[in-house]
Amino acid sequence: MITQKPLFYAGLLALIFVLPFLFPAYGVQLAAMWLMIIVAMTWDMTGGQMGYNSLGNIFFYGTGMYVAALVFIGMSHDIGAYTDASGGGSFQFTDAQYFSGVFFGLIAAGLFCAVSAVVIGMLIFGLRGPYFAIGTLAVAIAAGELVSNWDWVGGGQGIALPIYPGDIDVGKKFFYFLFAGLGVTIFIFLKWLYTTRFGAAINAIRDDEEKAEAMGIHTMWYKLTTWAISAFFVGIAGGLSAFQLIHFEPLESAYQTINLGIFMVVCVLLGGKGTLWGPVIGAIAFHLFKEVTWAYLLGWQWVALGGLIVVTVVYFQDGFLGWVKQQKPEWFGVRVDNGSTENAGTAK
Amino acid sequence: MDQIFSNISLLFEFPVVNISILLEGLMIGSLFALSAYGLALVWGVMNVKNLAQGDFVVAGGYVSWYFSGFGMNPLLGVPLAFVMMWGLGWVIYKTVISRVIERDLFTSLLATFGLAIMMAQLMNLMFGSDTQSIKLEYETLYFFDDFVSVPIAKLIGVIMALSLAAAVIYFMKTSRMGQAIRATAQDARAARVMGIDTEKIYAFTFSLNSAICGAAGAIIVMVWLIQPFYGITYSIRAFVIVTAAGLGNLPGVIAAGLGIGALEQYGAHIFGIGYQQAIAVLLLLFVLFIRLLQQRRSRQALQ
Amino acid sequence: MTKIIEVTGVSKSYGGVIANKDISLSVKKGGITGLIGPNGSGKTTLFNSIVGYHPIDGGSIKFENNEISNMQVQEIARLGMLRTFQQTRIYGEMNCVENMLISLPHRKLTWRERFSSNTKVDYERADHLLEFVGLFEKRFLRSGSLSFGQQKLLEFAMALMNEPTVLLLDEPTAGINPTLINGLIDRLKRANTEFGITLFIIEHNMRVIMNMADTIYCLAHGEMLASGTPDEIQNDQNVVDAYLGAH
Repeated sequence: MITQKPLFYAGLLALIFVLPFLFPAYGVQLAAMWLMIIVAMTWDMTGGQMGYNSLGNIFFYGTGMYVAALVFIGMSHDIGAYTDASGGGSFQFTDAQYFSGVFFGLIAAGLFCAVSAVVIGMLIFGLRGPYFAIGTLAVAIAAGELVSNWDWVGGGQGIALPIYPGDIDVGKKFFYFLFAGLGVTIFIFLKWLYTTRFGAAINAIRDDEEKAEAMGIHTMWYKLTTWAISAFFVGIAGGLSAFQLIHFEPLESAYQTINLGIFMVVCVLLGGKGTLWGPVIGAIAFHLFKEVTWAYLLGWQWVALGGLIVVTVVYFQDGFLGWVKQQKPEWFGVRVDNGSTENAGTAK
Repeated sequence: MDQIFSNISLLFEFPVVNISILLEGLMIGSLFALSAYGLALVWGVMNVKNLAQGDFVVAGGYVSWYFSGFGMNPLLGVPLAFVMMWGLGWVIYKTVISRVIERDLFTSLLATFGLAIMMAQLMNLMFGSDTQSIKLEYETLYFFDDFVSVPIAKLIGVIMALSLAAAVIYFMKTSRMGQAIRATAQDARAARVMGIDTEKIYAFTFSLNSAICGAAGAIIVMVWLIQPFYGITYSIRAFVIVTAAGLGNLPGVIAAGLGIGALEQYGAHIFGIGYQQAIAVLLLLFVLFIRLLQQRRSRQALQ
Repeated sequence: MTKIIEVTGVSKSYGGVIANKDISLSVKKGGITGLIGPNGSGKTTLFNSIVGYHPIDGGSIKFENNEISNMQVQEIARLGMLRTFQQTRIYGEMNCVENMLISLPHRKLTWRERFSSNTKVDYERADHLLEFVGLFEKRFLRSGSLSFGQQKLLEFAMALMNEPTVLLLDEPTAGINPTLINGLIDRLKRANTEFGITLFIIEHNMRVIMNMADTIYCLAHGEMLASGTPDEIQNDQNVVDAYLGAH
């Protein structure tokens, strides 16, 4: 096993690297798959590992888009004048302005979302279970409605950004590797985080928050920190999407509550909640399914999506990894029988 | 910003405008209260938080609208929507809800959210995305030098809503079924031990809720507008009302319903109609926050 | 000995039912204090008031001379006052060692320590305490698969892992096999003497509490009936009547 694991991860990394060169025509779709993986993994931090099912993580995606775009524009031009003209061609960006704008825009998006997660979290993390889900959904809907009425940031028209300066294929790979890099970073980060005391503490909050409080665990601190980390990554992903999409508007692409906002939950449920690989597997499976079938459904896509949610929730709630775990509990280090106890303690 | 201030000062310069807004708000609020009552019923009895609540309302509206297209009297649409939505509610209970009822709460929430998406999209495919309403051929009453207008159609709508509410409450208080429902709400296991078929109670309650929503929708389509994607706003309003009033608090539900209706009308008057949905959602956050503070004072969490 | 918990004039009612009426008691630091009384006499209500599960109607509760009756559960727990539950609460999906590691004294962890993995010392302490309560053999089993009595022992071990100053135990022997009770009494006493943890125990089993406690309070119908040493309580006519009357 010891020699196989590094090999497996090395192979995976190589595959991630060559994918855009193997399928140059699908650069955008591959980047979209990474986006799905990213939002699924970050949703699982609160939803799967901590037991706080948010329906409003899309808020950070949309906010990330806006913050990144506004910082990007603001570094070179006057924002109000830019949005008034809806990016009408008279505003030019040099290469240096473009790349520094993207860089600082993404950083700002991540930080702003992390801070807003803490602020919103302080207001609504006292809510448990369904109240939390509905409260977060309300935050996302409210943000979309308010932003679409806010002319300074483009109102209902949204914001148009300049395209990648340079070759269009290079641009596609540029965004693919940014998304992939972010996804791999998150995966490695989570793989480490879930082995620490931090991971154990948020699992304790999920399994019995009242007991965790009675044991003196700083539940609020853990909840805020987890959500802030999750929001940080989603915010960056949102900013990346803004630069990749070039144009976005508030309700359909930024705060797309029933679109990406619910996809991420479905991905996690399909793959298996509260596991490291579950969200990744679920996101890939869902994205492939969606890309293949969407075109054939002719307007019935959204009905099918609703149906998929219902069927997943009703019949397949533990997801793929949950199903495997039920079949082969010993793969996950679970012991129920009275067997011998040698060297199992180091499995963690 | 100036627009907002002039809208506010208008309220003080012409106090009759207040009456007009309040009246409108109370009339609409009575319909909100109706669907909120259904939500509280399902929530209390089977602990399912139904996010498809608003889509039941809209679906009821489309039932009435569709059949009145064939020349049916729109007033008959209310009982018709009641019956048809009863059937739909029963089917949904048997296929989906009964399978998520014993699971954790997020499961039922997500399942009904999926249902909400499905219903909204189906209605969009079937009836188109335009807003629809039924025009009733009744007169309009005018008061205060024509400043305040009350269409008789709206008055009829409110009266129908009130009589439906009264009928449901009377049924819950006096009938055997109502008693069994209330017993199940208090303790389903004890009810089962006492020989109540809770499965039947659940199916009945969910169908009843769906029917109440349908009837409310059939009234709304006569006095207001419906559109396939309006459902989520109604769901959120119902949640606002139930969260503010608490479960099993009927006077509270009515008061909160009327209050939300009035507040929304004031908000729309002051900030403009574009903010209507935002106001409904922000009200939810506000109510959740107030409840949270209350709970914290009693050293509890809101769950 | 100094008083570590001081309850003065605490009242609590649910709706119209008075669960606690003007209760005053104190727990001595380093000792074992017992709380007895017939069913429904308000013992668990008093515990819940002390650890912050609900607001009290009147009176004051002090822990190490600080007023705690307005604090949240977790704030009180972080002061070093822990409780176990009458119906045990453990993390059923995790194994015993994981349960122990979660119970590390989080109040003592710095920001960086929260983000690091458990150390060898933590594992050793977990193993040691599991051995102490006699669950060492079962330490890698899913704790939900343990029997009720074993879960109680696990919860006790978790509480010890948390290094509390005071431990409030709600009926530690209820549901435990009678043959194991002597062992449990011994462990509770050792927790008191070896780890220096002040114990405050609700108990129904007279033999157990008379054996352990140095001071005993007796509640009946929400009021303080008697207090004193085990001998005094045993010979108190009011206490005898309350127990016989309850049957």
